Amino acid sequence: MSVPQYRKAAALALVAGLGLSLVACSTKGGDAANDASGKVTITVDCQPVGAQKELLQNWNDDVAEFQRQNPDIVVKSVSVGEQCNNPPDFTARLAGGTVTDVFYGYMTDLAQVLDSGQAMDITQYATKDTIPTWDSIDPALKEVFTDGGKLYAVPVKNYSMGLVYHKGLFQRAGLDANNPPKTWPEVRDAAKKISALGGGIAGYSEYSAGNTGGWHFTSLLYSQGGQILTPDGKKADFNNPLGKQVLQNLKDMRYGDNSMGSRQLLQWGDLLTNAGAGKVGMFIGAPDATQAIVSQFQGKFEDWAMGPLPGQDGPAKATLGGGEGYFFKKGLSPEQVKAGLKWIAYQKLTPGKGQFDYVRAKPQNYPVGLPQPLLFSNGSDAQKQELELRKANANVDTANFAVFEANPVPIKGEPRNAQAIYAVLDAAMSGVLTNPNANIDALLKTAEDKVNQLLAAES
Amino acid sequence: MAITTVPAATGKPGRPRPPYPSGPRRGGLGRKVRDNLTGHAFLIGAVVCFAVFSWYPMVRGVVMSFQRTRRGETTWVGWDNYARIIADPSFWTAWQNTLYFTVLALVLGYAVPFFVAILLNEFRHARGYLRILVYLPVMLPPASALYLFKFYAYDPSDAGLFNAILKAAHLPTSEWMQSPGMTMPAMVLASTWMNMGSAVLIYLAALQNIPGELYEAAELDGAGVWRRIVHVTVPQTRLILALLAMLQIVATMQLFIEPLILANGAGTGDSATSVAYLIYQHGFFQNDLNGAAALGVIMLVVLAGFSAGYLRLTAKQD
Repeated sequence: MSVPQYRKAAALALVAGLGLSLVACSTKGGDAANDASGKVTITVDCQPVGAQKELLQNWNDDVAEFQRQNPDIVVKSVSVGEQCNNPPDFTARLAGGTVTDVFYGYMTDLAQVLDSGQAMDITQYATKDTIPTWDSIDPALKEVFTDGGKLYAVPVKNYSMGLVYHKGLFQRAGLDANNPPKTWPEVRDAAKKISALGGGIAGYSEYSAGNTGGWHFTSLLYSQGGQILTPDGKKADFNNPLGKQVLQNLKDMRYGDNSMGSRQLLQWGDLLTNAGAGKVGMFIGAPDATQAIVSQFQGKFEDWAMGPLPGQDGPAKATLGGGEGYFFKKGLSPEQVKAGLKWIAYQKLTPGKGQFDYVRAKPQNYPVGLPQPLLFSNGSDAQKQELELRKANANVDTANFAVFEANPVPIKGEPRNAQAIYAVLDAAMSGVLTNPNANIDALLKTAEDKVNQLLAAES
Repeated sequence: MAITTVPAATGKPGRPRPPYPSGPRRGGLGRKVRDNLTGHAFLIGAVVCFAVFSWYPMVRGVVMSFQRTRRGETTWVGWDNYARIIADPSFWTAWQNTLYFTVLALVLGYAVPFFVAILLNEFRHARGYLRILVYLPVMLPPASALYLFKFYAYDPSDAGLFNAILKAAHLPTSEWMQSPGMTMPAMVLASTWMNMGSAVLIYLAALQNIPGELYEAAELDGAGVWRRIVHVTVPQTRLILALLAMLQIVATMQLFIEPLILANGAGTGDSATSVAYLIYQHGFFQNDLNGAAALGVIMLVVLAGFSAGYLRLTAKQD
């Protein structure tokens, strides 16, 4: 071949290659959902990441067993990171239309998922036929994923917050490890004593970045008896004495007592890293925060215990409850939706299987016995079964959670558009935690203006 | 001056004749078409890449800034998104922060590399070694470099590197990223450290192009070091200086990764919020991709102004 011919051949190959790749791009991956052999394929996200070895092994075993029991269903697992819903990634997947057929989301995500136009109405499919324990699931949780009478997701986890504390540090500081503080003034006293141990230990630690600051502000406000939005959901309702009390408590601990450590602007993993390293005396969180501390941040179960969320002068008026579920991507075939529901039923909602396979979890570095998830209604068959299995296989000292369980606090859900509001409230939290001269009134006013503007834009 | 060999001109303006033998003639037009086709075929790759990854998103961004998507339905809303984004209490703060960073970065991140380059140019020994040292931080992934600063240098306790140094020197320590007044200077410091290497290398190249006779003449006329810099070095590298200034403004205005990593986003009381971070916040945390697009367009217009300046400068250089 002469040189010009080479060039011609190369050019042709280039054009052909580009053409092929463009054609490939325009072919939708979902078309192969029902293949020639009659199998139904679904993609599911939130598969544990490689570092979570045992969890990943459990998941893969579950998929294999489920496929054995349902030879006509193929489950393709997708891992989307350790924190299955990291808001920026989640938003990108929603906006780009790259969510899996069955995709994980927080209870707070319903509005965003609906706006993106990605979710499917699954009301007619979510029944006892597809999910045997469906009638045992707490109706309040189904309600969270319902909009205009239509159900968009299946709840798979539910939590409420309390005061998580380090027993070892309590003992070292001369505090009673079986009697955690019940009010914020008591928390303040305990934090002072714990931080006096020195060595960079924070008596009480709190979030102020990455939306987690706003999330915790909400819970702290609930403990005071406040609410983020007015009942009609149209205006911010935290710029009042209750909201001020929340920030004042934090400011007093941070700068009055210097009992919150010097490192602030913490987000989810930052606080838990410090906790895993034994540098945090108390923080507010759900029971499974201890699980994350152990499985991801090298802490030890026996160090941690939990009490109810403190209130200002007595028990907390309410605590934040939240959770997660699985949505279904718009455009799935009825067979795919049913297959997806069956999978969720198997892995997330059957006592003794999947997330409730306590016999399997017992010898693993994975807690059994935490008072969570509160998925099934009180007194339902599924709840009884789950509770029995949990007690029989507990590998954590359930006494560590006894105070939390014995003092239930009314659970309050998260506000509509929670993530957007949390982003705004982060600034109020970081304001009092990093500025000794922070003006609490000004911080709340700014946050109120921003949230009102956000709500106005929504309507 | 160096003499470069230019291929013999073909007599016609435009494309020089290809260097390979033209082979048997088969009609001028066919040849031309074939030649052009081959050329265009090779162009397709670049054009498609630009179109898909650059021009389409840009046009889409502008379109989205005039739309609103709710419940999967997209409607045209005119200038609503712009009005909303401008009314965001963080809007002006973000511009102020960004401009403050740009100015600080210009003072520090622009002058320092120039003087480092002059210094390096004067060294007769260990030149290569020193250049590698200066360039090394550029090779570090920005996220890693920033995490080093965040956890090692800017730790607000006395255990942090900078605070330990300050304490040893009996100077007051700082909370760095947690102190609103220090947020921007601390970000500029980290950013300059990370990016200085490239600028130094470009300055060095420019410096080495200055004819030595100019310095000799200046020296004979009794000029000291400072006067040589002001009257020889600066005028001789003026164009490069202006170009880099322009590029730096465009780059620093897009400040994003520094607030994201060093300040976990907005920092304390919005002190780290940059325009690019505000775009990210609206788009990815506030379920407001349309508002983010509007702010993106506003930023595009501002940066286009600076880029136009850059293009004029490069045209001048040509």
